[in-house]
Amino acid sequence: MTELTRWTAAALAQAIHTREVTAVAVTRAHLDRIAAVDGPVHAFLHVDAGGALAAAARVDAALDDDEAPASPLAGVPLALKDVFTTADMPTTCGSRTLRGWQPPYDATVVGRLREAGVVILGKTNMDEFAMGSSTENSGYGPTHNPWDLDRIPGGSGGGASASLAAFEAPLAIGTDTGGSIRQPSSVTGTVGVKPTYGGVSRYGLVAFSSSLDQGGPCARTVLDAALLHEIIGGHDPLDSTSIDAPVPPVAEAARQGSSGDLHGVRVGVVTQFSGEGYQPGVLRAFEAAVEQLTALGAEVVEVSCPSFDYALPAYYLIAPSECSSNLARFDGMRYGLREGDDGSRSAEEVMARTRDAGFGAEVKRRIMIGTYALSSGYYDAYYGQAQKVRTLIRRDFEAAFERVDVLVSPTTPTTAFRIGERVDDPLAMYLADLCTIPANLAGNAALSVPCGLSEEDGMPVGLQVMSPTQADHRGYRLAAAYEAARDAAAGESLINAVPQLEVATR
Amino acid sequence: MSTISRGEVARLAQLARLAVTESELDVFADQLDVILTSVARVGEVAADDIPPTSHAVPLTNVLRDDVVRPGLSQQQALAAAPSAEEGRFRVPRILAADDPQQRTDMGAEQS
Repeated sequence: MTELTRWTAAALAQAIHTREVTAVAVTRAHLDRIAAVDGPVHAFLHVDAGGALAAAARVDAALDDDEAPASPLAGVPLALKDVFTTADMPTTCGSRTLRGWQPPYDATVVGRLREAGVVILGKTNMDEFAMGSSTENSGYGPTHNPWDLDRIPGGSGGGASASLAAFEAPLAIGTDTGGSIRQPSSVTGTVGVKPTYGGVSRYGLVAFSSSLDQGGPCARTVLDAALLHEIIGGHDPLDSTSIDAPVPPVAEAARQGSSGDLHGVRVGVVTQFSGEGYQPGVLRAFEAAVEQLTALGAEVVEVSCPSFDYALPAYYLIAPSECSSNLARFDGMRYGLREGDDGSRSAEEVMARTRDAGFGAEVKRRIMIGTYALSSGYYDAYYGQAQKVRTLIRRDFEAAFERVDVLVSPTTPTTAFRIGERVDDPLAMYLADLCTIPANLAGNAALSVPCGLSEEDGMPVGLQVMSPTQADHRGYRLAAAYEAARDAAAGESLINAVPQLEVATR
Repeated sequence: MSTISRGEVARLAQLARLAVTESELDVFADQLDVILTSVARVGEVAADDIPPTSHAVPLTNVLRDDVVRPGLSQQQALAAAPSAEEGRFRVPRILAADDPQQRTDMGAEQS
């Protein structure tokens, strides 16, 4: 038997439910792994060993009483991005302003995980308030990519992606506002899904840009992500933007896809996401993946989406505008940091000192950009115009999906860059989101599945699959078919190419 | 020509309640100028007759039943407060009697 930490979530669940192995043993194996490798990786901001073992023991007790498993993933451990509120663990959003903050309630996603018997190991690192593409904007130090510890694990959900690639957890939850699930997945050789906007509740997800934020599943296989998607997805009356419709049949689609047949599936390659600025090895891996899709029977055509060229600037107006409003709540009055309250200063001065001390540089930049874009005199030229571009992007998607079932592109233009390389150049950092942003602006579903290693640096590349609104299952089917063919050709799963991490002596 | 001056960045910081230092202002002024110049590209799109999209999935009038539900207890609400007193959030003074600048601001708002 190989180490439990290398199993898929589906295999772990089956072994737990047939009592081949206990949920406690599985959780303990992952906690041991975290203790051994998380020093150099730094995926976790908080590990709740006691809570996790207790939750696993409850799953074991129920199964021992011959109860049916609470869900297809009951007993499987998970790493939770530290942007979801948890009543029994701190929630920092990677910000010093929320150091040690213990929320008084669970997010809906967290509640659903608990009800499903999924074991929450702890909270993962992230760019502060999910603003960034590298986790270097975390107030608690960067996470390192398990493929090469000198490189970034993507962001903002770099803790989640690194925890998967380091075999610290088989499942993770991320959030994707402009690519924060998909880009980290791409650069760590893992699977990450941004569901249709409204598909997963935002209640208890600390808001960055409310019209774009979307929680979603992360895993090492397409099927594992689909199983997790079905647990966290679905209507929530506590989120007014939640879609009141059944979760698309994503697990069924993943199982169907793994048979490897894509006959009758029309795939569009986005013209705009290629060429200058793209790493040659990324393009070659992407092209090879597209050839593979053709070999599986898919009909591949090129589709032009001209407005996508303006998605990046539109996003970097809309997201900061919403963030400048959402982050006004961090005023040092009701919770979080308070700085300089010495009895002589006014509330306003204390507020400004608190926000200066509690926020990092990127958060401040975005708050100021948003304040600028929303101010009178600039509103029409910036925010108003960005909202019109958003309409054009939605129309491009609608026109494309008249012709094809899904669109594909590289997930991000490069492989993982080196820690520190882009930290002083915000625009270079923003380019990491180039291909992922259109789906956030239009609200449709999109995912990233690993598609090989780049020949220059041996780092993983991601294939992005974009599906229409509420047709999330299409992406799962295609990604599962591609994943099966990829692994069959290589003789093993791509994630096994992750180098062995130096294991700390305990 | 730069899109935004150092003075404007200082004003933005003030509006956003960010007590940025002088050296931070220098860095931010340069960076915000680069970012704003880049995102201003949205202006190249001819979109006079295009309606704006504020939300990906338009939903209107999402209401819940008007019934009383349990909320946070006073103790829970105050548990993470930086400072609490007599069952309430304690905040610094909100009026600046000794600060002529703020008196002017307030007077302006009243008129």
